[in-house]
Amino acid sequence: MFETLMLSRMQFAANISFHILFPTITIALSWFLFYFKLRFVQTGEPVWMRAYRFWVKIFAITFAIGVVTGITMSFQFGTNWPKFMETVGNIAGPLLGYEVLTAFFLEAGFLGIMLFGMNRVSARVHTLATLIVAIGTTLSAFWILALNSWMQTPQGHEMRDGVAFPVDWLAIIFNPSFPYRLSHMVVASGLTAAFLVAGISAYRLLKGDDKQAPKLTLKIALTVAMVLTPLQIFIGDMHGLNTLEHQPQKIAAMEGVWHTEKGAPLLLFAIPDEEKRTNHFEIAIPNMASFILTHDLEGEIKGLNEFEGNHPPVAPVFYAFRIMVGVGMLMLVISWFSRIQLWRNKPLPPWLLKALVAMSFSGWLATLAGWYVTEIGRQPWLVTGILTVKDAATNIAPGNVALSLSLYLILYVVIMAAYLHTLFTMANRAVEIEEITDDEKVKPVVSMPLINRENNHV
Amino acid sequence: MFEADSLAVIFVALMGLSILLYAILDGFDLGVGILLPLTQKDDSDTMIASIGPFWDANETWLVLAIGLLLIAFPAAHSHIFKELYLPTAVLLISLVLRGVAFDFRAKAAFSHKPTWNKVFKIGSLLAAMSQGYMLGMYVMGFENTLAAYAFSILSAFGVAAAYAYIGACWLIMKTEGALQVQAVAWAKKAGLICFIGVIAVSAVNPLINPDVLTKWFTWPTTLYILPLPVMCFALFVYSQMQLKLLPAVNDKGCWQPFVGAVIIFTLCFFGLAFSFFPYIVPGKITIWQAASAPESLSFLLWGVIVVVPVIFSYTFFSYRVFWGKVRELRYH
Repeated sequence: MFETLMLSRMQFAANISFHILFPTITIALSWFLFYFKLRFVQTGEPVWMRAYRFWVKIFAITFAIGVVTGITMSFQFGTNWPKFMETVGNIAGPLLGYEVLTAFFLEAGFLGIMLFGMNRVSARVHTLATLIVAIGTTLSAFWILALNSWMQTPQGHEMRDGVAFPVDWLAIIFNPSFPYRLSHMVVASGLTAAFLVAGISAYRLLKGDDKQAPKLTLKIALTVAMVLTPLQIFIGDMHGLNTLEHQPQKIAAMEGVWHTEKGAPLLLFAIPDEEKRTNHFEIAIPNMASFILTHDLEGEIKGLNEFEGNHPPVAPVFYAFRIMVGVGMLMLVISWFSRIQLWRNKPLPPWLLKALVAMSFSGWLATLAGWYVTEIGRQPWLVTGILTVKDAATNIAPGNVALSLSLYLILYVVIMAAYLHTLFTMANRAVEIEEITDDEKVKPVVSMPLINRENNHV
Repeated sequence: MFEADSLAVIFVALMGLSILLYAILDGFDLGVGILLPLTQKDDSDTMIASIGPFWDANETWLVLAIGLLLIAFPAAHSHIFKELYLPTAVLLISLVLRGVAFDFRAKAAFSHKPTWNKVFKIGSLLAAMSQGYMLGMYVMGFENTLAAYAFSILSAFGVAAAYAYIGACWLIMKTEGALQVQAVAWAKKAGLICFIGVIAVSAVNPLINPDVLTKWFTWPTTLYILPLPVMCFALFVYSQMQLKLLPAVNDKGCWQPFVGAVIIFTLCFFGLAFSFFPYIVPGKITIWQAASAPESLSFLLWGVIVVVPVIFSYTFFSYRVFWGKVRELRYH
């Protein structure tokens, strides 16, 4: 049977993988909502309010799942990984504390006004509340990524009797991998939200929804995706160079490089074999890995054999990296192709809409794969050079962990099913609801009396 | 830079404040969940509307309280939650269930709404009971005895009743008509159970913890601390009498039971805090033994000094915005 260490790892992986799906959407969706609200205030076009109203409900449900699934994490640091806080708690603690104080309260405090307060506060205060929620979600990403990056590339501390003490907080927060990881994650969130908005909007169009709002949101989402995909590829490349400098063993695993070599090939596909310390069935582009990582065709890449016993398991990192990059390339192609179609004023053909629906949750796949690369890639360390995962583990009875893990897994399946079902139920309901005609500027034939803008809220 | 010993006291006070605020704030919204009637559709909608804008922020106080325990007293955090591993898992799963049920009940297919209402009610009840159970085990020093389990189960019902009580008082303040009458009846019943629970905990706590006994019954400390239980007792009696008069003409005094409940919660909290200070794990670890490095706590304290007053002001603002009787909960 499994031992406590393995079960604790599985539980933490399950908790954090499930949790991160929802903030990944809300971090960027909050900015989409702020944009919709701002445009409504500026133009008075009711279509912006419709877009806001539809997406704010999806935001609310996603945010709620994010909040409640996140609470589990702060308990587990103590229950399953007691040595983590004992060793690096002096660093991790305040960073988590600042996240709660500056981000969680901010977003939760103004969420009520954003969701339910439109008739109770002025339009200006409501827009401000929407902006503050967006800032709050982004701030929480800032703090948690500062901590995660410090665990990857620690600095600004000193060790006394095996315990880390802070020396320079600015160095701790702005550790070498932090700017790259933060921007990579924030842009990942932008892409995840963009493809979700595009996918659900495309779904509504496919269901025969002829209203303005889904067309508008599809266009905006595709524009965002079109801009962010190349940007993400650029940031990812920078992040890779940074990792090569600070965690070369992770890069070696990502590229499947066993022996240190000059002019290393880029492996499009391979089956890494950790026992024989080689790859099977390689499909490779010669010299490309060296070129990407060192910007020199003959650049040297350190192989895994130089880190024997001290490098991550190769296969999961290797595959996860290819999934992430693969999804990213697909995103690039489909967003540019669709957006150019729209730009040429051509309606998207059904097959393309279907493809966009299929891509609704592509951001989740890429984000999870990316996190697996960076987290598994840090193994066997929990905090690089300071604490291994094995040493941080608890001594709780394995039966207890197995029980809690099983309960969590059942819960997650139920929530995921309900979430997806609800999302599409909401989309279908939106298709059925007739648009009030007084604001349809697209149909100038029907002349309607001017109605107070406030009334269009309902 | 702050001194190490006073930092431990400051942080345990902050943690205590978060726990108290959590018990009051999430207490009323968990209580509303516990009381949710599964048959009267309109009432359940109104009740949920009364907590809709607040529950997210209310739960954040739990995150802060547990966060402060983790950050400032990591050794105590791992000791306590390893002892309470399974009840903690039940608590977390219940909180997840009721949190998602809150949103799914309003947004999923209409035919699923009764199911999500049930999930919301059961999740609220289980969350309250697991907190009560954890409190009971904490008071009993995590003993593996039959008496400890029995006491913790009693405490589970006590906390659920206390939350139902403050939830009912919240509804008296926020609702009108038949639902308000119903809320008064709930408050009377839950208040009585809660009262018995408080007496039971107060009696058992000094009996099983010799340290607590000496603390409460050492002259002249007893004299200073005596107003605490006396005021608590008097408030319970006064609130029960007050409830008989509600709802009154023009809704006069509809807020009184809630304020009374908040004061009762606060008094009980101080009673418990007084019993155990300076121990953070009863009889085993003091706050000074468990505290993190002063340089870390000072760094965080600056943030606390700046941010917490801001949190209070916008929390107050949010309650101000949704002041008065509940209206239908809509997204616009």
